[in-house]
Amino acid sequence: MRVALFLTCVNDTLYPDTGRAVVKLLTRLGVEVDFPMAQTCCGQAHYNTGYRHQAEPLARHFSDVFGSDAYDAIVTPSGSCGAMVRELYPRMGERARAEGRGEGLARTLAPVVPKTYELTEFLVDVLGVTDVGAYYPHKVTYHPTCHGLRSLGLGERPTRLLRAVEGLELVELPGAEECCGFGGTFAVKNSDVSAAMGTDKVRNAESTGADVLCAADNSCLMHIAGTATRLRTAVRPVHIAEILASTEEEPLS
Amino acid sequence: MSGGTFVGMPAFPEAAHEAVGNTTLRANLRHATHTIRDKRARAVAELDDWAELREAGRRIKDHTLRHLDHYLMRLEESVVRAGGTVHWAADADEANRIVTALVKATGESEVVKVKSMATQEIGLNEALEAEGIHAYETDLAELIVQLGHDRPSHILVPAIHRNRGEIRDIFAKEMADWGRPAPEGLTDSPAELAEAARLHLREKFLRAKVGISGANFMVAETGTLVVVESEGNGRMCLTLPETLISVVGIEKTIPTWRDLEVFLQTLPRSSTAERMNPYTSMWTGTTDAATADGPSTFHLVLLDNGRTDTLADEVGRQALRCIRCSACLNVCPVYERAGGHAYGSVYPGPIGAILSPQLRGTRSEIDASLPYASSLCGACYEVCPVAIDIPEVLVHLRERVVQGGEATRQGVKVTLKPAKGHAAERAAMRAAGLAFARPGALRAGQRIASRTRRFHPRMLPGPGRAWSATRDLPKVPAEPFRDWWQRTRGDRSGGTTEGNDA
Ligand code: SF4
Repeated sequence: MRVALFLTCVNDTLYPDTGRAVVKLLTRLGVEVDFPMAQTCCGQAHYNTGYRHQAEPLARHFSDVFGSDAYDAIVTPSGSCGAMVRELYPRMGERARAEGRGEGLARTLAPVVPKTYELTEFLVDVLGVTDVGAYYPHKVTYHPTCHGLRSLGLGERPTRLLRAVEGLELVELPGAEECCGFGGTFAVKNSDVSAAMGTDKVRNAESTGADVLCAADNSCLMHIAGTATRLRTAVRPVHIAEILASTEEEPLS
Repeated sequence: MSGGTFVGMPAFPEAAHEAVGNTTLRANLRHATHTIRDKRARAVAELDDWAELREAGRRIKDHTLRHLDHYLMRLEESVVRAGGTVHWAADADEANRIVTALVKATGESEVVKVKSMATQEIGLNEALEAEGIHAYETDLAELIVQLGHDRPSHILVPAIHRNRGEIRDIFAKEMADWGRPAPEGLTDSPAELAEAARLHLREKFLRAKVGISGANFMVAETGTLVVVESEGNGRMCLTLPETLISVVGIEKTIPTWRDLEVFLQTLPRSSTAERMNPYTSMWTGTTDAATADGPSTFHLVLLDNGRTDTLADEVGRQALRCIRCSACLNVCPVYERAGGHAYGSVYPGPIGAILSPQLRGTRSEIDASLPYASSLCGACYEVCPVAIDIPEVLVHLRERVVQGGEATRQGVKVTLKPAKGHAAERAAMRAAGLAFARPGALRAGQRIASRTRRFHPRMLPGPGRAWSATRDLPKVPAEPFRDWWQRTRGDRSGGTTEGNDA
């Protein structure tokens, strides 16, 4: 099995540890991982802010980079960027068609859509594993980010993976399904409401007594972490890939 | 929207700022929305065919909207056959003129009203008042809003932002000015408050000769109008007065009586978490006043006010499926913190954020800011009983705000200019787009960021300041992932390398 790692521009630039964790984890599970160096950004921020036309060339570029038959799957440690490709690329194609621009964009984007998986989906659905042989002796609570929860429908996959981690104690997060308040440019444009939502998320996490708040999306974690340090809370946000990659011999954070 | 109630509203972020800081308001809202959302989830879970009902509701509404001209003509025929008169109102002013003239023709200077969003949308009460006609709201929550000189903040519970103590004070202070005063020594017990309202309203019902209502549904086949409610005050308005004037948005049409079956299951469960609402009133034309209850004169005012323009928009038209259940408000984390008033319209919350900028256009500051009043978390879409993809419409309207484009206004196709104040953002998005189109540029940017990481401020300048005022920025790592990959595995990286772009 050969997969292309779609790391997302945010992870690449700000959270390289998550990328290294995915490579370590997938390699351990016998998957051959490639990182196509020409990858940039899926265009989600553009699209969701109302710049659909500016997102189109980015989506085309994505398809050029990842569309190769050499890959059995495209794997990303981000629920929201995964949802961008799977849910919104087809929609971009439809809109282009409705605007009388023919099949072009839809046809270009089609090959990458069914091949793109969020990491936990790939592990559970494609590789068929829930115990990835990880060791992580911490008390962890899980925040199912909105796009992972509602657009991709990740469901129990992440928590099943976490439960199988040796030494990990999973505790339920109150109000887990509520948005953390990130929402890309929402955090800037409606900063007061966004901050209030983030504060509630952090307080809820704190109330569980967990030392780690885990999610499958670094953008949401960045927002939560930024709020958490301001609130001087002890809960540490960690990406699920880093937990799953951690072993007794090579513990991560 | 005319009527003036919300004119001059600040943009959403500004209006929300106040609400976020108001801890009483936030506590009231949090308590109310969380209670109802949990109850709704249980009421919905009772039905094993919820998904099918939701799909059926979506289809009935879509079908009707696609053939709206046809069904409206049928509706008109049916209403006339049943003894009613139909009036068509293109906008708020026309609707207000029609209703005012109808009331004046009766010689009355007082009307009772059953809660109606359409009449709030057009500012009917204010228009009537200007002509010396007093309109009395009879829905309990509406009454609280009216007595408190306030604005509604929720579709179903317009006074959701008030707690019992505040309501007691409003009753004690204001009721006397409007009619029967509140009893001496009124406390904030729900039973006493309800009794005070009942006595106050009874006097109005028995005196009124003219009633004004909205409707939840209009059945084209039979000309029947339907109101679902919890208190029964609406039914009083519909049966006691001699003249009934119903003002209804054209999108409330459904083809047949049978279609009600779907909505009478989904609406109460979605809105009040009840299996069935306590009162369902249906009226068809006029009744013979000598032998039966009900009005002897019936007028139906069909209101457009931006609806056919909305219908012309392929993505946005789904907003017209809305049955005003308010489930999307109750799950919305933004509504919960910003409060209903921040939306600057009688339609608050997620549905308001997509409906108002379509009905009113995106020219005003508040309307241009509404499509951004969401983190796109998708909770609203998940609960909507007619499956309106609110996030999809929000993004579509954002596009209209920042890029302009085709739209229909007052029946005419126009090309909208982008809203003001987005030039810097547009430039930034374009620049980012260019950088992302060339991985070399992205990499160069990352390297600069890494090298200068010791000097990065923890506060952002410009528009980013709002972010960093309440949250810390992440530290830029010493080495971006792609550099690590190339350093450690570069030899093994597949055919696609940095070389083949540039
Ligand atoms: S948009 Fe959907 S959930 Fe919201 S009020 Fe309308 S019908 Fe209810």
